[in-house]
Amino acid sequence: MIQRYRTHLAFSFMALLLIIVGIGQSWSVSIGIFNLCIISAIMAMGVNLQWGYAGLFNAGVMGFTALGGLVAVLISHQPIYEAWSVGGTGILISLLIVIVASFFIFYVSKNIKSVFKKRFFIVFIILLAAIGLSKFYGPSIDLIEDINPAKTGFLGGLGMPIVFSWIAAAFAAALLAWIIGKVTLGLRSDYLAIATLGISEIVIAVLKHEDWLSRGVKNVTGLPRPVPYEIRLQESEWFINIIEWLNSSRLSAIETVSGKQDLLNKLVIEGSSIYVKLCYAGLFISVLVILFFLSQLALNSPWGRMLRAIRDNEVAASAMGKNIVGQHLQVFILGSAIIGIAGAMLTTLDGQFTPGTYQPLRFTFIIWVMVIVGGSGNNLGSIFGGFFIWFMWIEAEPISIAFISLVTSGMDYGDPIRMHLIASAPHMRLFIMGAILLITLRFMPRGVIPEKVVRPS
Amino acid sequence: MENYDLLNAIILLANFVIVPALSYGSQLALAALGITLVYAVLRFSNFAHGDLMAFGTMIAILITWLFQSWGLTAGVLPTALIALPFAMALTAGFCLLTDRVIYKFYREQKSQPVVFMIVSVGVMFIMNAIVRFIIGPKDRTFFDGEKFIIKAVEFKSYTGLPEGLSIKSTQVLTIVIALITMMMLFYFLQKTKMGKSMRAYSNNEDLALLSGINPDRVVMITWIIVGMLATIAGVLYGLDKSFKPFTYFQLLLPMFAAAIVGGIGNPLGAVAGGYIIAFSEVMLTYAYKKFFMYLLPTNLEPSGLMQFLSTDYKFAISFIILVIVLIIRPTGIFRGKTL
Repeated sequence: MIQRYRTHLAFSFMALLLIIVGIGQSWSVSIGIFNLCIISAIMAMGVNLQWGYAGLFNAGVMGFTALGGLVAVLISHQPIYEAWSVGGTGILISLLIVIVASFFIFYVSKNIKSVFKKRFFIVFIILLAAIGLSKFYGPSIDLIEDINPAKTGFLGGLGMPIVFSWIAAAFAAALLAWIIGKVTLGLRSDYLAIATLGISEIVIAVLKHEDWLSRGVKNVTGLPRPVPYEIRLQESEWFINIIEWLNSSRLSAIETVSGKQDLLNKLVIEGSSIYVKLCYAGLFISVLVILFFLSQLALNSPWGRMLRAIRDNEVAASAMGKNIVGQHLQVFILGSAIIGIAGAMLTTLDGQFTPGTYQPLRFTFIIWVMVIVGGSGNNLGSIFGGFFIWFMWIEAEPISIAFISLVTSGMDYGDPIRMHLIASAPHMRLFIMGAILLITLRFMPRGVIPEKVVRPS
Repeated sequence: MENYDLLNAIILLANFVIVPALSYGSQLALAALGITLVYAVLRFSNFAHGDLMAFGTMIAILITWLFQSWGLTAGVLPTALIALPFAMALTAGFCLLTDRVIYKFYREQKSQPVVFMIVSVGVMFIMNAIVRFIIGPKDRTFFDGEKFIIKAVEFKSYTGLPEGLSIKSTQVLTIVIALITMMMLFYFLQKTKMGKSMRAYSNNEDLALLSGINPDRVVMITWIIVGMLATIAGVLYGLDKSFKPFTYFQLLLPMFAAAIVGGIGNPLGAVAGGYIIAFSEVMLTYAYKKFFMYLLPTNLEPSGLMQFLSTDYKFAISFIILVIVLIIRPTGIFRGKTL
């Protein structure tokens, strides 16, 4: 019975949690958590594609997320024409050098048979490219970063609507995944984990230190929104009318006109924030639904069956003539593209891009906890995992503070041990995450909503 | 003084490249040894190793503070050295506890290595939380005692050269302690009965079981050694630089790179890999401008900093070496996989 209705139970439980927060704290908080839950669920679906379908351990989720964020900036920010005019050509020439050099390296490694000659040529090409780059790249980034460094100091973006970046981010992440996959897939599985861990650190390092591209740790703020601004809403007639109509009973209970106006103002301000969050929720839900249906289609297609066959027995699948490395590369690219989309959505929601906030625990390993807890190989499971784990991540802090206050309630108020414990309470969220992961692995190794195993009779 | 240009250049290099890289390499080598031992005997990549180091160092710092509050110091040496054996014992005990409570279950289930890897991620979270909960996420220095063995000023006045050489006592301590530890470890693995049974177990588990080797004992000894190595590596790194939980987590990448480059599962490889990664990292991020100013005639002096890569990208170096080795020689420099 419980087995059959597991999915329904899990999602009803999740809805209940969000409703409790909505009533207990506020609806604005609850919808805010809900939006981030959806983004987490999309990331978890991307990792699930790689791990659940194909058994690839990607420890570089953070890198793809951050790359998606960068794409959001590059698509939506207004171009800085001044910077382009002083350093644009230098950057474009450097880009050209990199492309030409990679093309030659690719050509050499394909067409020259002798190992020694091949290595010699590759090193030679890299040296040439490095000399070329030092001529063009360095001077032009200095010029770009000198232009109004307090406000811009970077090239800016294309000035297009930010929603386009969600698609562009998928392609950017796919390209990065293709490069990593080409190098590391086909090696042993743990090497992929270490390699992706490394590449994600490198992506973050580039975003932090290449100021001409991303403003580095100076952050890019004030990205355009795909949804209305609260201030505009609070001034618009129709919105105030809707709020008035929704709360007509509460408003009519108040006698004085000024009291009515005060309450209405308060309700409008509150309502505008909820309305904006609901707009985001609508956009995000549509992305989630589209990706979910595509993933389900892929899972139940011959392609999905083949991937599971490879995952469960590589030797047998290989004997059946399946190209294991090629299939792994495909699924690695697809999963990373989904993570890239989520990264761009996250930056869209924040309205700013802050490379300093990307941390592996928060952006890589939490996503792994989501996939494992939800149920690897099951898309609904990943969505549930994304919702539940993100909810816990947010609510762990109030829970642990409450818990520590309860435990230390016998102590003096100013007791140093008590003060230390209360101050350290935020770190308990890591403990809770680890405990959830370990308990799931021990007692529910297939997750809350396990993968459905379809066996032909 | 013109005749001494070559000497000056060498001293410059020793001061900023060779000595720092040797000590950093020793720290990495000890850390990579821990990763490699877990890989060889327990057969998984331990993501929690960086945080295990942080845990061991935290214990050492707490004991150091206790000793300092008693007024107990080691004179010119850092007090942490007296605390080190206690911290090693406690961390080894903690490793055994983790194994008993968490890893043992999966070993009995004969789980896949990748399951162990995910379990180690869970352990990583917990250790991270414990360390941050007890000592906090902030930067801490716990070094005391004499800071320098040779000061730059003394060196200059002693030799009369314009270029000074300064050697920190932590650097020498690191190298000496690391060498002693490695020698003891290799003696243990090569000569003692327990070490031989560990190597046998790592080479072929079934055959080792048939020859009457007790697997529980092998696993136990491995965890004890791993805990002790992680503590030594962590304390030496903390003394030399400073202790910050997040930095220790970030060491995971160079540590794994060292272990894989040398051939994961091979202790000799881990040592070689540690030094290779450290030397490449320091050499490629050092600005050689002054070095060439000594060596080249004045009219050929370089205009730029002569730095291959900015220090911001030191992660990229261990990664690139890792990728190059994986492409050219996937098993690592010393063939990996067994002890």
